[in-house]
Amino acid sequence: MAVEAPAEPPDARSAGVTSVLDRAGSVATRPKATRVVSSETRVWARLREVWRSRELLVYLVRTEIKVKYKNSFLGLLWSMISPALTLAVYTLVFGVVLHNGMPDFVLYLFAGILLFNLFSTGIVTATGVVVNNAGLVKKVSFPREILALAAVGSAGVFFFFQACVMVIFMLFLHWAPAWSLLYLVVVGLVPTLVLACAFGILLAAINVYMRDTFHLVTVLVGSAWFWACPIVYSYQTTVASRLAVHHLTWMYFLNPLAILVMTFQRVLYGRLTPPATYAPHPALHVLPHWPVSTYVWGDGVVLAIALVLFYVAMVVFGRLAGNFAEEL
Amino acid sequence: MTPVAVEVQGVSKRFRLYHEKYTSLKEKVIHAGRVPHEDLWALRDVSFEVPEGETIGILGRNGSGKSTLLKCVCGILQPTAGQVVVRGKLAGLLELGAGFQQELSGRENIYLNGSMLGFSKRDVDRMFDDIVEFAELGQFIDNQVKYYSSGMYVRLGFAVAVNVDPDVLVIDEVLAVGDERFQRKCLDRVKQFQREGRTILFVSHAPDLVRSICDRAVVLSDGEMVGVGAPGEAIRLFRERLLEAGDALGASEAAAALGAATEDVAGEHAAEGLAYPDPQVTAGVPGATAGSVSRLRLAPQDSRPVRFTDVTCELPAESGRRYVLPGEPVTVRAAFESVRPVVGAVFQLELRGDGGTGLFRTDSEILGLTCDLAPGPGTFEFRLEAVPLLDGAYDVNLGVQTARGLSDWREPACTFEVMNPGRSTGVVAVAVRAALVANGGLVVGTSGTVAS
Repeated sequence: MAVEAPAEPPDARSAGVTSVLDRAGSVATRPKATRVVSSETRVWARLREVWRSRELLVYLVRTEIKVKYKNSFLGLLWSMISPALTLAVYTLVFGVVLHNGMPDFVLYLFAGILLFNLFSTGIVTATGVVVNNAGLVKKVSFPREILALAAVGSAGVFFFFQACVMVIFMLFLHWAPAWSLLYLVVVGLVPTLVLACAFGILLAAINVYMRDTFHLVTVLVGSAWFWACPIVYSYQTTVASRLAVHHLTWMYFLNPLAILVMTFQRVLYGRLTPPATYAPHPALHVLPHWPVSTYVWGDGVVLAIALVLFYVAMVVFGRLAGNFAEEL
Repeated sequence: MTPVAVEVQGVSKRFRLYHEKYTSLKEKVIHAGRVPHEDLWALRDVSFEVPEGETIGILGRNGSGKSTLLKCVCGILQPTAGQVVVRGKLAGLLELGAGFQQELSGRENIYLNGSMLGFSKRDVDRMFDDIVEFAELGQFIDNQVKYYSSGMYVRLGFAVAVNVDPDVLVIDEVLAVGDERFQRKCLDRVKQFQREGRTILFVSHAPDLVRSICDRAVVLSDGEMVGVGAPGEAIRLFRERLLEAGDALGASEAAAALGAATEDVAGEHAAEGLAYPDPQVTAGVPGATAGSVSRLRLAPQDSRPVRFTDVTCELPAESGRRYVLPGEPVTVRAAFESVRPVVGAVFQLELRGDGGTGLFRTDSEILGLTCDLAPGPGTFEFRLEAVPLLDGAYDVNLGVQTARGLSDWREPACTFEVMNPGRSTGVVAVAVRAALVANGGLVVGTSGTVAS
């Protein structure tokens, strides 16, 4: 019974050594990055770490998605089915039953929900991500911010799939976006992502110390914030005049998502210059008659705020991250 | 001068021990932030350097801060004070299979784990076959890891860590898993890493392992670094700490029994300056006097019923040599002092070869000898009738155990050298006779006996 394999012949072993060295270069001479573990690490240094670990980010996003839909029959399809169901319900209630009179209401709804879902899914997932990955955080070293970023990233993937569904809807309804303003998609998307990352990082860290955060965020983002944005209703036709009367328009736009959502609606739902053969589209009245620059400026301001918030979130996260492994 | 791979600079780590953990908002509000807690310093101002290419062991009892230290080195925990500087890519094996996602397949987990250790997909692509081969997973590589047996899980974890080509490898108690064959494979890989000049930080409860693979070892006790030095040295220190902990009960009793005598001994001890982290307390120069190969002045210990005062290895005096030939006798003579009557003392002997390999272990109980000691000095002798060993210096470790536990342990108590006049190599002197029994139909004569 030859259970114990004899030691490898010396030549085979030395061959193994050389192969390892070949692929690595000489261990002693190759360049090495220096890493300092201390309680004071600067935000920039941490961002550099995050950048170095960008591939991990990709893997974590993949894992997040795979794990979420593993063992479910429809898998990734759910990421499209659930917003579709939401759309169906809202369209039925507001478009058909309450008859709000918006042309192709489902597309108006979709444009808003598309962006809002990105934001809310990102934040809600990110809030719980450090706690849910306690096993990882306690045993493996990597920049913890990546977890929150991966949560937002996975929301980004779902956003992509939902966007595909929206394209199908638009084709089906013969509805074209404002082609010349298509760049506004990016202008609206970037601040949303930064904002989601900022909130995600902040809340993920706080949630480790106060587990209530997750429940609170789920409720606040899922309901309050949703209705604070002009997604189901139209800003122009419902709230604009009432706010203006009380000079409270500024208050409405304290919600940074409002302008972002409207940017999306402007591109995907409303057109400024309909084809000559069309009469001016009634949909235009659903949206405010703002020049494009208003959207760009608005989104720019949101981006600036989001960046500041992101920095604050990184600082707070850095303070709190040191004790994650013990608090979990 | 070799560059430093890991620098631990005054690292302290404080844990807050909450009597109850309040993590919900309600509880926080109720207690208004005044959650009762105790501070626990898991590490206190630990500093050492690990030059590139060195393998350093970390020894300590449970709860002495070993794992905390490794976690600080890995960056999982941030030290409360001080810092750790790591040069190069670090792979940590704090727990095998940590970072595996249950739902993903082995293949996906390899990539995930690799990227967590900071390697790109291309790097992992290159290592992938090696990893799978090392882990001996075969076709199971595409199964979800949640269906893996614990052995498979552990093998995959180790395979990833050692194949990803790190500059610094941190291993925490993980070599003790897997079957014997896999353990040996892991050790072989660790040794290969050493040859390649990689740095290894290694935590183990098994002093034998530390002795065999580490260049140096750090001893931690209650979060403080008690010493750093050669493995043999560190292991002795570690064992002493274990003794202190194990004998804490009997200490007061023994002190009372010792009375004034202890004071004298303790005073002498202090005067000689044999403080423990003293690297000088090693085996002396071989052959100071004929017949006595090495001699070790032992630091007197109080609070233990029996302690050695002097241990010598005596070689056949008539030869006048400073070494023995294979098959010659060696006598290990230990002078000891008993502070109170001890019933059933057991003297232990351990023989270790090059690199700390355990060669032989026995004790007086096994040999059928009952030792009831009266208070006062005494001498005990292990007579090795024949030392069937080849070339090398051999360490003799000596211990004495009472019903209370290990009362004294000397490591190395003394050493002796064996010179082999023959040309055979190896460790054990096997009496052997070579014979060409038959050749070409003729019975051929035998050659002489080769006494190794």
